[in-house]
Amino acid sequence: MNETPTNPLALIAELTHRCPLHCVYCSNPLELTQRSSELSTEDWSRVFKEASALGVLQADFTGGEPLTRPDILDLIRAARAAGLYVNLITSGLPLDESRLEAIVQAGLDHFQLSFQGAHEEIAQEISGTKAHSQKLRVLEWLKRHRVAVTLNFVIHRRNIDQLGEMLSLAESSSATRVEFANVQYYGWAFANRDSLLPTREQLTQSIDFLKKARERLAGKIKVEYVVPDYYAKYPKPCMGGWARKLMLITPSGDALPCHAAKVIPGLCFENVKNRALREIWQDSEAFQKFRGESWMQEPCKTCDRRELDFGGCRCQAFLLTGDAAATDPVCSLSPQRPKVDAILNALKSVGAGFTQPAEPRLTKPDWLYRPNPA
Amino acid sequence: MSLDLESCPHFAPGCRMNEKTQQPRTLLMPERALRLNGPSLEIVERCDGKHTVQQIITELQQLYSKAEPAKVEQDILGYLALLQRERALDFEPPAM
Repeated sequence: MNETPTNPLALIAELTHRCPLHCVYCSNPLELTQRSSELSTEDWSRVFKEASALGVLQADFTGGEPLTRPDILDLIRAARAAGLYVNLITSGLPLDESRLEAIVQAGLDHFQLSFQGAHEEIAQEISGTKAHSQKLRVLEWLKRHRVAVTLNFVIHRRNIDQLGEMLSLAESSSATRVEFANVQYYGWAFANRDSLLPTREQLTQSIDFLKKARERLAGKIKVEYVVPDYYAKYPKPCMGGWARKLMLITPSGDALPCHAAKVIPGLCFENVKNRALREIWQDSEAFQKFRGESWMQEPCKTCDRRELDFGGCRCQAFLLTGDAAATDPVCSLSPQRPKVDAILNALKSVGAGFTQPAEPRLTKPDWLYRPNPA
Repeated sequence: MSLDLESCPHFAPGCRMNEKTQQPRTLLMPERALRLNGPSLEIVERCDGKHTVQQIITELQQLYSKAEPAKVEQDILGYLALLQRERALDFEPPAM
């Protein structure tokens, strides 16, 4: 591809892989970065300035858990000083009210709080940590501070029947946005997939329920619902297209087009310590790899939708077909769609159903919990 | 959901414009950015908690005097309703 790409709009700052939670759906790679490899405050400050000069409008502070960074206030100030809008994607741990106040004073624009369910039992099962009551405390403190608040409920088979309770939790908070985000299958979620995928029946009921909720709450709370890719008819325009709108910087400074890109073999990723952000965005091999259309196979190559969804997700294509250039097999037009259908059909024999048996211990899966790197 | 013409729109928490020095002028909110040009910029700049919806309409009708006043009103109401649904704007009810 010879033309200069358009500028990125958002920078995903994966500040650390350290995290007090051990969520079984975590999208971090299976190989987690050690603390000793993390970028310094100065490194990040320079990255924010370069991102802003490149046209980036927003920074998403994420991880792991970004609040485990002791320099989080400096990082927020640096991003604001660089002219960026700052989103914090957090579990709410570790945090007390005075630290929250300091974070807001430092210039945080948007606080997005994750929830693993509507109550402690499911939260503990999914995150391997007793974190739910802390999140409820954070919700109370947020009422007293001027910052945008989004609640993000991560949805899967084990909690999709609690949508009503989750919505009530959201309505009793100061959140103006609530996202019900079905797990997508990368990283640790991919490893735990067979225990996480909802059934088609569960999904249909959830769509109906949230559609009504969205209408009821219009103008008061913005309700968003993301269904699992595997159940879609067409693939998502992943990241707005490969290296078109977003770039991610890992805790050690590698520049990626998305959080999962390292699963694709043979890609060479550059590091912000070695090269200017603008050059990485425009020239790096990894970013150029799936730009434009020359890499596309059929049916994408001649498909009317190729400018809408760009053939879907490269990482997902690799994970499910072994070929990162293949049509994302969740697409109904992909010759490999039957692979995805087979995965969904296998759920029936697992005994998954909307009404769980009364004994959760009997149906609790054998989870692979995400560890905390040193 | 119809807007009260006597209410005053203002930015919701976490919604703001980019710096005055940054071009193009953009309205920033959680995970979203709206580019502001001509009319949309004129509308958003008046969402200061002091202009009523009616005042915004009247001022823009004067500013865009060549346009159909009814169309200007419709466009403004549509745009404000969109920003309200996105939760970028709150509307202060009229003072008693």
